[in-house]
Amino acid sequence: MVEFFQWLEATGGSVAIRESILLYPIIESTHVLTLCLFFGFIALMDLRLVGIALRGVPVSQITSRIQPFGVAGFVIMAISGALLFYSSPMRAYTNIFFRVKLVLMALAGVNALFFHKTIFKSVDDWSDALQPPPGARLAGLLSLVFWSGVIICGRMQAYKWFD
Amino acid sequence: MDLLPYFQSLEATFIGTKVRESLWMFPVIECVHLLALGLLGGAAFVLDLRLLGFGLRDQAPPDLERKLHPWLRASIAMLILTGVPMFLSEAIKCYYSPPFWYKIGGLIFAIIFTLTVRRRVAARTADKAPVIALASIVLWMGVAFAGRWVAFY
Repeated sequence: MVEFFQWLEATGGSVAIRESILLYPIIESTHVLTLCLFFGFIALMDLRLVGIALRGVPVSQITSRIQPFGVAGFVIMAISGALLFYSSPMRAYTNIFFRVKLVLMALAGVNALFFHKTIFKSVDDWSDALQPPPGARLAGLLSLVFWSGVIICGRMQAYKWFD
Repeated sequence: MDLLPYFQSLEATFIGTKVRESLWMFPVIECVHLLALGLLGGAAFVLDLRLLGFGLRDQAPPDLERKLHPWLRASIAMLILTGVPMFLSEAIKCYYSPPFWYKIGGLIFAIIFTLTVRRRVAARTADKAPVIALASIVLWMGVAFAGRWVAFY
């Protein structure tokens, strides 16, 4: 894998982003700003699941109307994030925060998948409840914890404490 | 009026010095700042989407405004609370940074606009208020963008 990342880092596109005065800051601020969309929408959905935000708004309404915007945010996040990774793969590869970030993202994904395959199937029964069932509340809380951890690791990755 | 001396004394304050001399304080404060930024985005844009005619269309804007306002207020408070110590730790750098001045100008405008005009419009709008929503989105995104660029220039 190291050889592949070294090769990737030597490609023209990678060098171009890394050495560009404008390209890197633009991709980087797009990545950070999309937080407002992706994390903002996800966090509000999670807070609704936990039962402390947007009480009175049916959960099914939030998932059908807000989730698409969250997904759009995720796509921008993933593309800009992939480009940032592409600009210096070796630095990311050797960074402990980057590795933890990947693990947390995987955990967030598994949590979301599990939630949708189980508790969410019966959403019609509890959609209007001010406090969703314990399983849904736990899924919301875990999602908040994992995604917050992803943001923290992403930020910490920029500091070269352990390089 | 030359503001530089004020910025110099701000940088020399106790909090400014502590944050600047610490290895971990700035990054930790910055993480909280980013989480609050995300929350602000959610709390602001869910209502803006509704005012544009998207998102939670089955909810009346005044209801949605009432439910989201505490989260908006809390995230703005958290952003200021974490932003001030970061600013104090590098006040002189900020003085010479054009993005910083855009950010502060935009921020003051965005806060006043959000807490007065947008709030009142949302409280009595039956359906849409696209101009207000677009202004809110552009303002907050602009502030966040300029804020990120303080680190570059």
